[in-house]
Amino acid sequence: MEKKLYERPIIRPLNTGLMNKYGNRTEYMPVTHIEGASVKEMLKKYGSPLFVFSERQIRENIRSAKRAFETRYPKVQFAWSYKTNYLNGICSIFHQEGSWAEVVSRMEYDKALHNGVSGDKILFNGPDKTDADLREAIKNNSPIHIDHLDELYRLTEIATELNVKPRVAIRVNMDVGVYPMWDRFGFNYESGQAWDAINKIMATGKLNLIGLHTHIGTYMLSPNAYGVAGYKMADLAIGIQQKFNTTIQYIDMGGGFASKNTLKGSYLKGTDIVPEVAEYAEAICTSLLNAGFRNNDLPTLFLETGRALIDDAGFLLGTVIANKRLSDGRKATILDIGVNILFTSFWYDHKISPAQEFGSHTEDTVLYGPLCMNIDVVRENVTLPPMNAGDNIVIHHVGAYDITQSMQFISLRPAVVIVDKMANPHLLKRSETLEDMQRNELVPEHLKHNKN
Amino acid sequence: MKLRKNVAISDSGFIFNPSTGDSYSVNPVGMEMLTLLHEGTPKEKIKSQIMRDYVCDESTFEKDYYDFTLMLRNYKLLEEDE
Repeated sequence: MEKKLYERPIIRPLNTGLMNKYGNRTEYMPVTHIEGASVKEMLKKYGSPLFVFSERQIRENIRSAKRAFETRYPKVQFAWSYKTNYLNGICSIFHQEGSWAEVVSRMEYDKALHNGVSGDKILFNGPDKTDADLREAIKNNSPIHIDHLDELYRLTEIATELNVKPRVAIRVNMDVGVYPMWDRFGFNYESGQAWDAINKIMATGKLNLIGLHTHIGTYMLSPNAYGVAGYKMADLAIGIQQKFNTTIQYIDMGGGFASKNTLKGSYLKGTDIVPEVAEYAEAICTSLLNAGFRNNDLPTLFLETGRALIDDAGFLLGTVIANKRLSDGRKATILDIGVNILFTSFWYDHKISPAQEFGSHTEDTVLYGPLCMNIDVVRENVTLPPMNAGDNIVIHHVGAYDITQSMQFISLRPAVVIVDKMANPHLLKRSETLEDMQRNELVPEHLKHNKN
Repeated sequence: MKLRKNVAISDSGFIFNPSTGDSYSVNPVGMEMLTLLHEGTPKEKIKSQIMRDYVCDESTFEKDYYDFTLMLRNYKLLEEDE
């Protein structure tokens, strides 16, 4: 007689009449393949845990976002937000699809140059640009997005010294009816700071003001907020035209579109409440088109969308290390995926799927990572079928920020692969070694003598 | 170790404890273990039967049996003298 498939015995109390916001099963089907590539074979080949990206999904995301904007507005340019995911292979896909680069540090700037992006197609944002960074950006004719007055004055001095007129934009923050208001970056619209900065730039004549930039927040669930921002940006651009007879070449509406992930504490899943990119596009494009630009003065619309274009293209595969029972009777499962490589688990309840067949019974489980730290919690409560040590899981929607914010903490960072359209995995980054981690470490001579 | 005598076990894996009014569901392996415990089957016999019928090694059985009976005790489904 053939033996039956074994599943860990579970007993689960039945509660009637009680709402359970965690009651939905995470997944009804196992995820055994990603874009046709076997989860278990990839783990066997590249090790566990493992980041996996879908090239098809990335291209589909950027193409559909472009379509949403280009069908509503005549001049649209996307710039890939490097901080969201700056693996060179990922950036290259966006650049192949026509995206410029949007960077917020010299490291990212150099990465964009390394990826073959022409200097004049790198938008240099962020509050931290050294004199050397500004000189490099001026040399490469990159649009510099000025964040504060100190930067404006330094840039003016450098431009005077070099006798050049750098292409600049100012970053503007504003009240769009969303709390908390992002006012730490750029110049405020309502208080008149933005106009002060514009006046200073125009008065000196040392800088070439070609753009206006805003970025109203992150994981924004309200497309209307972008409509408000669009009107205010257009008001500034039209005001500059009227006051200085200068045409603003572009309005950069930044990013912040929500991905389909579920925020912690959200009653409904992200897939049910997050607006489509087309809804953001409708709000932004309508506000700009209705703002009163003369036809020839319509600025190019720049978008720095990151999260919404990459999050659902990334998966994190891992392995169950052990199961245990907590003192209050809850089940706990320990994974080899820790918060050091899944930083977004601090604010998302990620969707998690087993990577092998399972039965119809489930149990509430706490998912812990492997780190010997109390904060290492991947999911505080998730309903999953029973899994045994050695079983595999797939964590969804990890394409944004998890790679760039991952750190070597207690354990090393894993490999990253991308699956192409023919279901072939390709290595984007090898798993780290102790040698990688210690490459820049030094031990002074007097500390080298170990008594043990 | 034995289940309370008055605990009702249905064929579909539905468990009812009339002492408390609580009900539970179990998966197939859990159902089999519960039924054997209800019959007063000793642990060694339960082990040999599970390992005979399922793809399960001894150490897996040991830790799962320990965890399962821990939960039965937690839900007050075992005889009090245990």
